[in-house]
Parts: sequence; structure tokens; C-alpha cells
Amino acid sequence: MAIEKFSKDHEWVRVEGDIATIGITNHAQEQLGDVVFVEVPEVGRKVSAGEAVAVVESVKAASDVYAPVSGEVTEANADLAANSALVNEDAEGKAWFFKMRLANTAELDALMDRAGYDAFVKESA
Amino acid sequence: MSAPADAHLKRTPLYNLHVALGAKMVPFAGYEMPVQYPLGVLKEHLWTREQAGLFDVSHMGQAHLIADDGKHETVARALEALAPADIVSLKPGQQRYTQLLNDDGGIIDDLMVTRSALASDEGRLFLVVNAACKDTDYLHIAARLPAGVILSAQDDRGLLAIQGPGAAAALSKHAPKAGALGFMQAASMPVGPYDCHVSRSGYTGEDGYEISMAADDAVELARLLTSDPAVQFIGLGARDSLRLEAGLCLYGHDIDETTSPVEAALVWSMQKRRRIEGGFPGSARIQKELADGPSRLRVGIKPDGRAPAREGTEIQLAAGDRIGIITSGGFGPTVNGPIAMGYVAAAHAKPGTQVQLIVRGKPLPATLVNLPFAPHRYARKA
Repeated sequence: MAIEKFSKDHEWVRVEGDIATIGITNHAQEQLGDVVFVEVPEVGRKVSAGEAVAVVESVKAASDVYAPVSGEVTEANADLAANSALVNEDAEGKAWFFKMRLANTAELDALMDRAGYDAFVKESA
Repeated sequence: MSAPADAHLKRTPLYNLHVALGAKMVPFAGYEMPVQYPLGVLKEHLWTREQAGLFDVSHMGQAHLIADDGKHETVARALEALAPADIVSLKPGQQRYTQLLNDDGGIIDDLMVTRSALASDEGRLFLVVNAACKDTDYLHIAARLPAGVILSAQDDRGLLAIQGPGAAAALSKHAPKAGALGFMQAASMPVGPYDCHVSRSGYTGEDGYEISMAADDAVELARLLTSDPAVQFIGLGARDSLRLEAGLCLYGHDIDETTSPVEAALVWSMQKRRRIEGGFPGSARIQKELADGPSRLRVGIKPDGRAPAREGTEIQLAAGDRIGIITSGGFGPTVNGPIAMGYVAAAHAKPGTQVQLIVRGKPLPATLVNLPFAPHRYARKA
């Protein structure tokens, strides 16, 4: 069964086994507006939690996407380079950014669950 | 991402209407302005290029420059002492784009100047200046006017721009005289029941109009124009991408007190008599740049890939060889790709020059191109 977690930087993390899939939340894409460019990390890159690993640019601005947990990138979503608007259409589904092999599953404990994230968004509004 | 409410921010007469329409309001030039409506920046941009967009530009400064003697030449000479356009030769109802210059030939602000079309208003120029600059502009102008010429800020006026291929048809329904105006021509006319001053101009590269009205009429006039399904309200976000595609300068970004009109590729806005005679602030520098060429030049920049390069991005000719900087950059919805403009050393400003843009520490290939990115579609009349 997949575990779903959220970061304060508005990323979602879905974990199956030791593989985490990461994207930006629906709330984040709403705030960004029309996404026009996405840059995903290279496979094999080792990243630390909190490190900027991807970029999402809307018509308004460029934003970094941070690794919510540490690990090694195992796959990046090539569809996003060709069709960045997918982020607006399905941020928490088809528009995943990258997958990584977790270095330390304990780091997941520092992230929020869905209810915690929803409350966090409400507070920051 | 929402900025805290600031008690010092001003509101235009359309503020409540923007909020009612679901606009996202942001601080801009001292005002709370709509950056986008529910349609979103991308679709608002495309709507303007395909139909007609309505922009609240009431934050901009409207002012009259008035000669006591009722003579055009008197008021025109007064403005020519501050700006490099030929104002004396303006015909009644004709409009020109120009700049207020400092003593070094740097740009204090850019503005639109219109000679009144009415014989009864002879000796009057209508100015539209940038919102962020208006207070300092008015002080600057007023301090330098000769006796017999006064500046009168028109703070009780609203200003709407209607832009796009559908603009003329949409406005003509309520103002049949609007169709007779050519690009950069203006006249007073009723729009529906409201007395307005209408010019065929704008800042999107499209055909369209700017409509000045009593502030009290602004909401009703906006409702009248948007009752046409072809007309949608458009926010500042799309206004920025539209003007960038049109290759038009944004004050404080592409032009400022350090850039001259020659460097900014605005020589076309300085008519021949002024270029030869000078007699405006900084004319020595500007005439020298006209004769010898400027050291840097504003150019269009097209990234070869999909990644936008934003304002402040360094431009290199080859690795480590910096030749300039991007002053406006983003995504062009009509171009369907990233676009930018900026300044490069004049020796390397030729269109077709291959450059590198340093984005997030990495060099991205780009090409210098002629402006505009989207062709102008003005309704020029002889």
C-alpha cells in the first residue's frame, strides 16, 4: 500500500517499497498558473532532502522543486518536457516529476499527511 | 503568495468590479491591480490576440499641459524642452510616443502625447505617463515649464484600453466615430452615453483604443464594453507578455535613467528635426550616439530551447565573455516559446548572432532577433 506525504514546499511524495514518486501539489499548480516549462533531474543523481532538483516555470515566474527526502533519482517524467501543461491538468497524477530510491525512510516522518497539508495550506492563505 | 493588504495602496475606480469578477489583485506601482482574472494569463493573452481584451489602465497618469495663450506652438515648445519628439509638428488629434529625458539623456519616463483635436482646446496637450513615475514626472515637468504654461493632473479620470482584432468593432457599436481614427489619432466622442477622449493606440501590438473617461463613468463604461461577448477583461500578467511579444519597453525594466533612447532602439520616436537640432535634455550624448553609434543596444533574444530566461539573466557571446543582460524575459503565448529582450554591446547586436544565456548556472543557446516577436497589427491610416 502506497504512503502519501506532503512537504511545506508544496510537493507530494508517494512511496511504494523504497521508491518515492514526487510531484507538485494541485494547490501549487493553481498558485503558479499556466505552466510553460519543466526541467526534471537526471537519472542517477544523488540528492539530499531540501535540495533544489527540478524547475517549474509558469507564465509568471520560475520556481524550484525541492527533493522532500534524500535518495537517488531513478526515473524522470519525460512527458513533462514535451507537455508542461500536464502540470496544470493533473498535478497529483500524470504530472509526476521524478522517482527516487529512498536513502532514509525515516525522513518521511518529517512530512505531512493529506489532512496536515490541507491545514497547512489553509493557514498560509 | 498573496501579499498582505497594504493601507497605502491606491485603488482605481474599477477595483470593486475586478474583485467581483474574481481577479487576483496584486500591488503594482502603488495600486492594487488585477494581475489575472479566472481565465488565466495564457488564455487572456491569446484572447487579446484573437478577440478583444479590456484593460484597466486607470492607474496611469493623465495630465494636461496647457498654454495660457491658446497656441499649440507655445505648449509644444515647452514639452520639446523636456522630450526629444517633434511636438510642434503634431496635427490636431495626432498622438506621439516620447520620453522625458534627464540631463544625461537617460529616460525619466516614457509617455504618450496627444494634441487636442478641438479648435476650442487649442494650446493643450494630453499626456499619459506611467503610474509608478507620475508623481515625480509631474514635479519634474512643472519645475521646468516656462511662464504661461501649466500642468494640470487629471486625477478624476479613468482610463481603459481595448485591444485586439475585435476592438474596433466592439467599440464602434457604442462609438461610431471611433472607426474613423487611424493609429495614433485621437478625438473626443461619446461612447454610449459617456463623454470620452478616445485614441487609437495601446501597448499590445494589436489594433485598439485607449479611452479616457470621468472616473465616475468608468464602471458603467467597462460594463457596457464587456457586455459584448468578444470583450474580456485582461490583467497585468497578459499585458506584460503582450507588450514583450510586441517588443515594447516596460519602464523600470527595459528603459530607465541610465538608458538613452538611442540605446533603447527608440530612434524612430525622435523625429528628424529634433535629431538634427537637439535642444532637449541630454541632446549632446544622444547626437553623439546617433553619429558614432551607442555602446550598447536593446535587442530581441530568442532562446533556442524551451526554458524561459528572465530579467537579470546574463548574456555571453561565448563562455565567460559577457556582452549584456536580459531586461524582460518570459514566455510568449502567441510565439509559443520563450522570448526576451535586453541590452548587448553594440558590436555584437546584429540579428542572427548566437549567444548563451546563463540560466541557473548553465549556458543556454539563444539567438539575437529583430523585434517584435509578434507582428504589429496597427490600423494605420494615411
